[in-house]
Amino acid sequence: MTAWFKRQKEKVTTIEKKSIPDGLWEKCPGCEEILFRRELLKTMMVCPHCHFHFRLVAEDYLKILFAGDSYEELNPQLHSADPLNFKAKKSYSNQLKEATVKTGSPDVISTYLGNLGEHKIVLGVMNFSFIGGSMGSVVGEKVSRAIDYARENSVPLVMICASGGARMQEGIYSLMQLAKISAKLARYSEAGGLYISILTDPTTGGVSASYGMLGDVILAEPGALIGFAGPRVIKQTIGEDLPEGFQRSEFLLEKGFVDRIIHRKEMKEVLTQILEFGHQEVEAHA
Amino acid sequence: MAGFYLDFEKPIADLDQKIDEMIEMSSKDGTDLSSEIVRLKEKREKITKKIYSNLSRWQRVQLARYPKRPYALDYIERLSPSFVELHGDRCFADDHAIVSGIGKIDDYHVAYVGQQKGKNTKENLERNFGMSRPEGYRKALRIMKMAAKFNRPVICFIDTPGAYPGIGAEERGQAEAIAKNLMEMAVLPVPIMVIVIGEGASGGALGIGVGDRLIMLENTWFSVISPEGCASILWRDASKAEMAADAMKVTAQDLHEMGICDEIIPEPLGGAHKDYDLMAQQVKKVIIKELDELMQLETSELIERRITKYDRIGMWEE
Ligand SMILES: [Zn+2]
Repeated sequence: MTAWFKRQKEKVTTIEKKSIPDGLWEKCPGCEEILFRRELLKTMMVCPHCHFHFRLVAEDYLKILFAGDSYEELNPQLHSADPLNFKAKKSYSNQLKEATVKTGSPDVISTYLGNLGEHKIVLGVMNFSFIGGSMGSVVGEKVSRAIDYARENSVPLVMICASGGARMQEGIYSLMQLAKISAKLARYSEAGGLYISILTDPTTGGVSASYGMLGDVILAEPGALIGFAGPRVIKQTIGEDLPEGFQRSEFLLEKGFVDRIIHRKEMKEVLTQILEFGHQEVEAHA
Repeated sequence: MAGFYLDFEKPIADLDQKIDEMIEMSSKDGTDLSSEIVRLKEKREKITKKIYSNLSRWQRVQLARYPKRPYALDYIERLSPSFVELHGDRCFADDHAIVSGIGKIDDYHVAYVGQQKGKNTKENLERNFGMSRPEGYRKALRIMKMAAKFNRPVICFIDTPGAYPGIGAEERGQAEAIAKNLMEMAVLPVPIMVIVIGEGASGGALGIGVGDRLIMLENTWFSVISPEGCASILWRDASKAEMAADAMKVTAQDLHEMGICDEIIPEPLGGAHKDYDLMAQQVKKVIIKELDELMQLETSELIERRITKYDRIGMWEE
């Protein structure tokens, strides 16, 4: 038991990348231009030079997709428990507190009911800066309730994904959320519900291996890291450098795993077209 | 099983060595040591029982990975001697890290899907250490759908250190393959029994692990990531795996307490590898008992219960 054991030991994933930039200006990671935050806000946090898409939080997507305040949040009261009383270098309960203070949210995902133009949709948005967008029981339950709402009310479902994977601090509970959500999606799909997933940077691990990859239509923002295993783990396993552009949106498009790459400025329009296409289906099965 | 001991089995190893020496001595110079040997064997039994009645999580993790442990095919061959293996995903390749096929257990025709490790280096290269690529998950789904078509139950054996993290596996949609299985298995219109026979790491294990019953052998683990993986991320030190196993609560006993594992199958003293036949017998008993019950259910009831079972998993506050 030498070779694979060693490989196991090296199984490491950490994602260290900056979330929403603070301050007056930001250097674009894509082209290294200095960009004024004020200007970036006008372009939906997309670099006007190279179209690098900075990470957004729920509020930003609400502005892009819903006009004004034509939405309500679903189940905002849910927050994480600490089912295993988990403690590593830090205790999980402290991590949760810190993440809540840092992001102003009780957990990774926020779910909404809102109007995208003429279409009512259920929308979920994940926030990568909350413990790496990790999926625990709260994400599982909120997504699950969002799917139920969509099914019971014949409303299309849109999920904007950003996650490093399942939340280790909840052990097997977090892994089982993959099954829980996928089961709900199966039932929703059988009822004729339309589900669009939008993959943003990054979408890896448990989220990609469940609702990320289960959309009737799967869209991706440009340049997003998308995959099951993280690039570091793969690199360590195979002992070679990874090809240029590996596991990026454009790579997945080429390999046939996403339907389309969408620039933020066309997100609303593309969604509208798909919603119109899927509209009748939902009505017919209501 | 002389010659290979886990570190916590050291007292047993020492006694075995003494017993061997005495047997050799008595055969060499004819000294009658039989009563002494009997005494030592009794002592060995006692110590073994003591060690095995009080295993730590980490010790169970080690047992779950013990290279002499029975693997999926060891069970399948004993449950269904006329097993017919079926290969390939009809799309790209045949993944040897997952075996699948059809067989009979007593009067039940069943479909099998199992993650298969190798017993030695050569076998492990062929089996990729039980780490599947997308083809494996797609083959599994193909066989499960065939089972559904003919109203036959599915038996899944979980034993993997994780899905294979490789370039090809990613190119061919590892995430999509696992996701699709989760969704399809949730509503597969025949009973699915999931049995963890060794280690169950992450989405790679869950990719064939959604079903009506989750059964675990006594010395197995199932979690969101391997203890080493968790340790290297949260402690920044893979050698803290023992602590990670405790923190994540990974054993069959833990999952049973959480209500996620439905039943634990006891292993022979010293672990499943001590008696393959007895272990397979125990597994068979549970399969038959559960199938007798599950096959009675209406399909809609079966699926409804399955979805509800998963819907209840999780802990949060509101
Ligand atoms: Zn730029």
